[in-house]
Amino acid sequence: MNETTYSKDPSGKKLIVTRVFDAPVDLVWKAWTNHTLLDQWWAPKPWKTTTKTMNFSEGGHWLYSMNGPDGEQSWARVDYEKMVINEGFSAADSFCDEEGNITDALPGMHWVVKFIPMGDTTTVEVQSIFASEADLEKIVEMGFKEGFASAHDNLDALLPTLS
Amino acid sequence: MESRRDVFQAIADPTRRGILTMLIQQPQNLNTIAENFNMTRQGISLHVKILEECNVISIRRQGRERYCDLNAKKIAEIADWLEPFQKMWEGRFSQLDNLLHTLKRKSK
Repeated sequence: MNETTYSKDPSGKKLIVTRVFDAPVDLVWKAWTNHTLLDQWWAPKPWKTTTKTMNFSEGGHWLYSMNGPDGEQSWARVDYEKMVINEGFSAADSFCDEEGNITDALPGMHWVVKFIPMGDTTTVEVQSIFASEADLEKIVEMGFKEGFASAHDNLDALLPTLS
Repeated sequence: MESRRDVFQAIADPTRRGILTMLIQQPQNLNTIAENFNMTRQGISLHVKILEECNVISIRRQGRERYCDLNAKKIAEIADWLEPFQKMWEGRFSQLDNLLHTLKRKSK
């Protein structure tokens, strides 16, 4: 598996994730911009993504739900801003209700996603930009508390010690 | 309002981050800390109290002086704070790898 690198911008408001994929750029682009494909990989296991609507164009948006193994559900929308096919796009990511009305309970973030072809591989760089450092911490902390995949990893680590 | 007392609360404020940075090198007494910030002694005392409640520093009394020392183990939690974010992306990306692999086979 290719290595993912993470860095935090000195401003404290930006997280940068970089990863190489063993596929040509048009395929990687498709996986990021076609909802049938996004639904297959966007949610970390055991969560599942279900797209309600998607209009991948400047000014369009993607409305989807994240569904947990115990029936938990949260909604999010991604508003697309600028895009250049096979090169990159920028978007605003927010939490919302199932009608797509943005809720302010949690801070949203901006994304800049870049696709850089290198032979048969593609490097993807995802910048997550927050309004403030405190917002970034709040999001990361929420991920921590909800556990996502990590809760299950923790459980995996705990179980052998119990027997 | 319920106030949170954890490492995230500790680092949520720039003055508190400044105090923690000062303590990385060595324990400091409260007066020395206060002299380094453009803030009243009471203001600094409040931040120090919050840091103590968040368990990221401990305060030791020596005569009339109060020394603040970093609780290194608790601070390490801050270094780990990116971990869940990283796990989320790792999970996503390994699924994307599988999907791309399938798509590549289909397109051949």
